[in-house]
Amino acid sequence: MSVTEAGSSVERVEVQAVNSAVSRQLYKAREPIYPKLVHGKFRFLKWIVLFATLGVYYVLPWIRWERGPGEPNQAVLVDFPGNRFYFFFIEIWPDELYYVTGLLILGAVGLFLATALFGRVWCGYTCPQTVWTDLFIAVERMVEGDRNKRMKLAKAPWSGEKVAKKTIKHALWLAIAAATGGAWVFYFHDAPTIFPQLFTGAAPFSAYLFAGILTFTTYILAGSMREQVCTYMCPWPRIQAALTDAETLQVTYKKDRGEPRGPHKKGESWEGRGDCVSCRACVAACPMGIDIRDGAQLECINCALCIDACNDIMKKVGRPAGLISYDTDKNMERRAKGEKPTIKLFRSRTLFYAGVWLVVAAVMLFGLASRATVEVNVLRDRTPPFVQLSDGSIRNAYTVKIINKANSARDFILTLDGPAALEVSAVGETVDQGSLTLTAPGDSVRSVRLFATLPGDAVTRASEPVVISIEDAETGETATNPTVFLAERRR
Amino acid sequence: MAEKEIDEHSGIQTTGHVWDGIKELNNPLPRWWLITWYITIAVSVVYMIFMPSWPGLTGYLKGTRNHSERENVAIALAALDEKRGLQMQQLLQVESVAAIENDPELLNYATTAGGSIFGDNCATCHGSGGQGFPGYPALVDDDWLWGGSLTAIQQTIRYGVRSDHDETRYNMMQAYGGVLSRDQISDLVEYVTALSGREANEAAVGRAKPVFAQQCASCHGADGKGDQAQGAPNLTDGIWLFGGDRVTLQETITNGRGGVMPAWTDRLTNEQIVALSIYVHTLGGGE
Repeated sequence: MSVTEAGSSVERVEVQAVNSAVSRQLYKAREPIYPKLVHGKFRFLKWIVLFATLGVYYVLPWIRWERGPGEPNQAVLVDFPGNRFYFFFIEIWPDELYYVTGLLILGAVGLFLATALFGRVWCGYTCPQTVWTDLFIAVERMVEGDRNKRMKLAKAPWSGEKVAKKTIKHALWLAIAAATGGAWVFYFHDAPTIFPQLFTGAAPFSAYLFAGILTFTTYILAGSMREQVCTYMCPWPRIQAALTDAETLQVTYKKDRGEPRGPHKKGESWEGRGDCVSCRACVAACPMGIDIRDGAQLECINCALCIDACNDIMKKVGRPAGLISYDTDKNMERRAKGEKPTIKLFRSRTLFYAGVWLVVAAVMLFGLASRATVEVNVLRDRTPPFVQLSDGSIRNAYTVKIINKANSARDFILTLDGPAALEVSAVGETVDQGSLTLTAPGDSVRSVRLFATLPGDAVTRASEPVVISIEDAETGETATNPTVFLAERRR
Repeated sequence: MAEKEIDEHSGIQTTGHVWDGIKELNNPLPRWWLITWYITIAVSVVYMIFMPSWPGLTGYLKGTRNHSERENVAIALAALDEKRGLQMQQLLQVESVAAIENDPELLNYATTAGGSIFGDNCATCHGSGGQGFPGYPALVDDDWLWGGSLTAIQQTIRYGVRSDHDETRYNMMQAYGGVLSRDQISDLVEYVTALSGREANEAAVGRAKPVFAQQCASCHGADGKGDQAQGAPNLTDGIWLFGGDRVTLQETITNGRGGVMPAWTDRLTNEQIVALSIYVHTLGGGE
């Protein structure tokens, strides 16, 4: 509802900040929020981010990446049955999950840095909750109209038109939700294979389960829970208070410029009063249902839609834009003291976050660049630790696993270095002077059982160091694993 | 009914319960909780229609899906058997141990299957790694009572040693307690000690020589090297099933020995026995 006061240049919106900390009550049902459409540079930016993020989400699993015969050609694929994670040129085995951990650390520290610099830009622009809620609100607006029409429809008694509009809205929401849940499954299966299977009932149960769960959560979280997810469920609002400081750029209502606020009649002097005309356009535009003029608050996701709304009004009343803008607490103090406002991006906090981020990124890059394509694991028999043979010699047994991370079969020369008298044999293989050649199939593990025997009179110590090493017969790439040769302590 | 009491501070009705003067407010249940509760009730009704639920005197309410977890397990096991069928068949067809051991994939399959069968059935006596215990032969060394070839191992597993199966491997270490005199047995202990290359009383060894030739050589051989055909242990190596010290030797000769290994042919399938034999063969001692 809105009224235009006599003589006022702008309409005044009758809107309450229903989700602000003071108006919220625990035992009260959620008050619906009807965000009003705004136009401006931040709304435009949000549309771009929305299309970019949704585009990445929906398109990524369809990108192909040739890896050779027998390997999946999907660029991004989490292959649970095959125990592999594929990301373009990177193929990760389960034991290399630390790369994913590193990625998460990069994400977390990157988030810290972005928050220290520009406040909750993640929440306002790129968080899936924001993106899908924005999309759902856009659909709602398309079907039911803008704020006033939606409120009118909500109050109106049930009629054919209301039923039709609500049905269309929920059907569209469900369709988007199903597409969201369906696309998630593509990251875990070959997308072109699973896509038709999803419709014919041939897809595995887990695919339907997760598509169903994500359809449900998308529909509920973006459709009816919206700002409650950010206010009640998300831990980030609580953490962010520790990450921002007085120099952080946040969506700020410039109190020093806006107050004292009040309605303004056309032609009236601006002397002795603030620029805020109490039109509440900022509150009507807010998807979180708060009043930005109350200052920084945990409900605010820094989406900047109130900036667009206010700038529009400022233009109409002929005052400079930016009464609400990205600004810092410190600048407000500076202006109060008559100093020039400045933006300090380089602070000890941001430098520290950037430094940590760079170090982690460098470590990960180095790790990826120097990632070995072969590993050798040795499992020494422990029951019994050693065996006495009939001629008095002592034997130890080792299960050696050669992990070939390359996509093609490779020949490896396996060598066991230990005491000179040590004799080596292997199950099913011929050993020549302590070394043997093994063929390991591509992208798999080849294991072999090794026996090392030391004549009784050559046993001098209870434990002899032994090194088992493998060398790629072609490239010379090596991997070693130290172990021991155990024997009974001799008197 | 007594009149409902309204709490004066909050304006909320109380439940009427008082503990040491503390009253409980009758706040409404959280809506999400209440809705979830109603949903669970609805789900339980749907569940009762489809799935087994109420017990009865002679059976239970089966539900329209006729679901049985026992049957599911049986089906899953059958499916597993079918999945393994090809490799199990391959195991039965190979002619020699070398044929399996030279095929890394088949070897890996056989030793993995064999290892799990070993853990379930054999480890109790032979040890988890086949290391053996006094009286229970070690399977990791190269000293075999009945032979360490794949066929010999298979034969032993299939029919056992002194088991109740008709084709069991059978022999007997007689108790010489009443047959030989105490001194003769003591001399034999010295003789056997000397056989495995340890220091012994030379006079006793000399006295025992004809006794050994007469009483022991038929099984253990004239040189004491044993005979796998009749399961007679080699007495010249350093490996002893029950112990090689003088006290144990005395006990062995006096009272005899006769350990039992059950026959597995009726408990394990043919394929399982082959896989198990290959596993035992690769433990280290296979001939």
